Amino acid sequence: MGNMPFVVSMILVAIGFLTLITRRNLIKLAIGISIIEMGVNLFLVSLGYVKGGIAPIYTYAPPEARAMVFPTPQALTLTAIVIGLATTALMLAFAVVIYRHRGTLDAGKIRELRG
Amino acid sequence: MSVIVRTVSRVVAPVALAFGAYVIMHGHLTPGGGFQGGAVVASVVALLVVAFGCERWRKWTHVLLPLEDVGAMAFVILAFLGVGATFFRNVLAGSGGLFGAPVPQLGPNPGALNTAGTLPLMNWAVGFKVIAGLGAVVLLLALFGREDG
Amino acid sequence: MKRWLFLASLLILAGYFIAGGVWLRPFGEPARSEMDRYFIEHAQTEVAANNVVTAIVFDYRGYDTLGEATVLFAAVVGVALLLRRARG
Repeated sequence: MGNMPFVVSMILVAIGFLTLITRRNLIKLAIGISIIEMGVNLFLVSLGYVKGGIAPIYTYAPPEARAMVFPTPQALTLTAIVIGLATTALMLAFAVVIYRHRGTLDAGKIRELRG
Repeated sequence: MSVIVRTVSRVVAPVALAFGAYVIMHGHLTPGGGFQGGAVVASVVALLVVAFGCERWRKWTHVLLPLEDVGAMAFVILAFLGVGATFFRNVLAGSGGLFGAPVPQLGPNPGALNTAGTLPLMNWAVGFKVIAGLGAVVLLLALFGREDG
Repeated sequence: MKRWLFLASLLILAGYFIAGGVWLRPFGEPARSEMDRYFIEHAQTEVAANNVVTAIVFDYRGYDTLGEATVLFAAVVGVALLLRRARG
C-alpha cells in the first residue's frame, strides 16, 4: 500500500476516461478532460516526493529537515497546470459557442445536425 | 446578486487583490509566483462579475487583451536581457544593483526581497499577463450572449 | 455493443494504469537525480533565489515557461476570437 498516491492518480485518470466514454454533454466532457489533467498532475508531483522531504524553498525552512523534494517535477507541473487552464478555457468557449449556434450541448445531436 | 453577496464581495475584493499582489511580489521567496498570483487576481475579477454584473466592464475587454500582449512582450524582453551569454541568462542576479543582492545566508534564511535578479521582474511580467489574459477570458465568457451577442 | 467494447477496453487500460502505479518505484524513494540535486544545491548561489521552483521555472528552464506563455496567449486569443462581439 506504499504506492497509494500513484494508484490514486491512475484511478483519477481512469475516471476521466470513463467520463469521456460514457457522457455526451460537452461540459461534462470538459470536466472529464480536467479530471485526467488533475490525475496526471498529481502523478507528476508525487513522483518527485522524497520521504521526509520539505518543499524546495529555503525561506524559513526548518533546519532539521533532512531532504528536499525534487523541484523539477513541481516546475513542470506548474507548466502543465497553466496549459490545462488554457485548454479548459478554450473548451468552455467552444461549448458556449456551439450551444449558441446549435441549441444543444449533446455531442451526438451536434454531429447529426451538421450542415 | 443580493445585497449580502455585494457587501461581502466589497470586503473580500481588496483583501484578495492584496493577497494576489503579495503572492506575485514574493514569488522568489515563498510558494507562489506570477501564475498563481495572477490566478488569484483573476478570481477577483470573477467575483466582481458575479456580484455586480458584467455590463459595466464591457469596455475593459478591449483594454485587457492588449495588456496581455504587453505582459508577454515584457517577459520576452526580460529574457533577451541575458542574450549576451545565453537566452534567459539571469544577468541581474548577484550584480549588486536592482534585485542583485545575494541571499542573506546559504541554507534556511528569512529571505530578502532584493534578491534573485530577473526573477521578480519576470514574475511581475507573467503575473500581469495572467491577470490580463484570465480576466479577459472571464469577462468574455460572462459577456457572451448579452444584449446583442 | 460499441459501448461495451469501449468499457472493456477502458477496463483493460485502467488495469494497466493501476498495475503500473502499484509496481512503480516505492513512493517517497525516487531514483537518484543529479539534476534535481544540482538545482537544490546551486539555486541560492547561482540565481540568489530562495524558491528553487521559481528559479527553475524562470531561469534554468525558461524555455518551458516561454512555451507556456505562448500557449496561454494562443488560448486567450482563441477565446477572444470566438466570443468577441462581432463588429459591424
